[in-house]
Amino acid sequence: MTHLPFIAASYGLFVLLALWLSISATLRLRTAKRRLRALDAALAAPGVRP
Amino acid sequence: MTPAPSPHPTSPVPRPSAFARLTSGLHRLANPGRFTRLAAQLQPWLTVPGVLLTLAGLVWGLVYAPADWQQGDAVRIMYVHVPAAWLASAGYAALAACSLVSLVWRHPLADLAAAEIGPVGAAVTALCLATGSLWGRPMWGAWWVWDARLTSVLVLLFLYLGHFSLVRAFDDPRRGYRAAAVLALAGAVDLPIIKFSVQWWNTLHQPDSITLTGAPTMALSMLWPLLVTALGMSLGFAAIVLGRLRASVMEQRLRSLLLSRAGAGRRVAARTAGLQADTLDGRGEMVAP
Repeated sequence: MTHLPFIAASYGLFVLLALWLSISATLRLRTAKRRLRALDAALAAPGVRP
Repeated sequence: MTPAPSPHPTSPVPRPSAFARLTSGLHRLANPGRFTRLAAQLQPWLTVPGVLLTLAGLVWGLVYAPADWQQGDAVRIMYVHVPAAWLASAGYAALAACSLVSLVWRHPLADLAAAEIGPVGAAVTALCLATGSLWGRPMWGAWWVWDARLTSVLVLLFLYLGHFSLVRAFDDPRRGYRAAAVLALAGAVDLPIIKFSVQWWNTLHQPDSITLTGAPTMALSMLWPLLVTALGMSLGFAAIVLGRLRASVMEQRLRSLLLSRAGAGRRVAARTAGLQADTLDGRGEMVAP
């Protein structure tokens, strides 16, 4: 295969970027869900008024 | 028994126009709970086909598609570079559309959507420039040339970065969203410049191989993997933006719940201290008398 380093670098960049974007979005979503669930549970506890 | 016809014929109820239906649909989505439910249902339908199509298209292009008779195997960079370039422009068009909806209807979700499209679009634009550079070095003998197409895409990257920075530049997020929306709309003028740069100026960058009106100038054995990859990457882009948008909606709800809780706490404290209710603003913050 000609120009292999350039091709490998292009595909590698794409894979790294796709992984970074998807993992960061997943982690952010998971953290937001967990915090919201914890806060909802805390607010729903008896004696706590929002 | 049939009812007697009414002596006063009623006029038929007018059907809402397509524009009215669109705006009412947009306003229904302003409910965070409804949006989060809908988005959660839509997420796997974007993610799974996006990943599968992208993988299939990239393997097809890398292994099975033929090499170019002039460029050799370097043409395989096209399967990453071209979808990234399309997504960079399409992402900015979506960002500008969200900005328009935000400025015209003050739709809260449009602000959040624009803020989440920005970083993903900037990353895709950077990928387009980097892969273009990696393609240009063996073909043109240069990593970069100040060609009209390359320069206009670089301007697009700066527009994305400017939008990203403006959203976060103000203490009041609404001012940040508004300023960023104005920039996004003004910057939309770069999209036709990118599209037509290879026709308006004598550029080193090749002219478009695929147009909406004419037949493609590339072999079908190269076109199909390119289209499959582009579809997969578009679905993946939408899935990532949707995931970030869902997180953003939840973070905003979290902030408002915490604020209201803190405000209630301050009101109780103020009442205990014997302060008048008018020393607190709507969020429970102390205001100067």
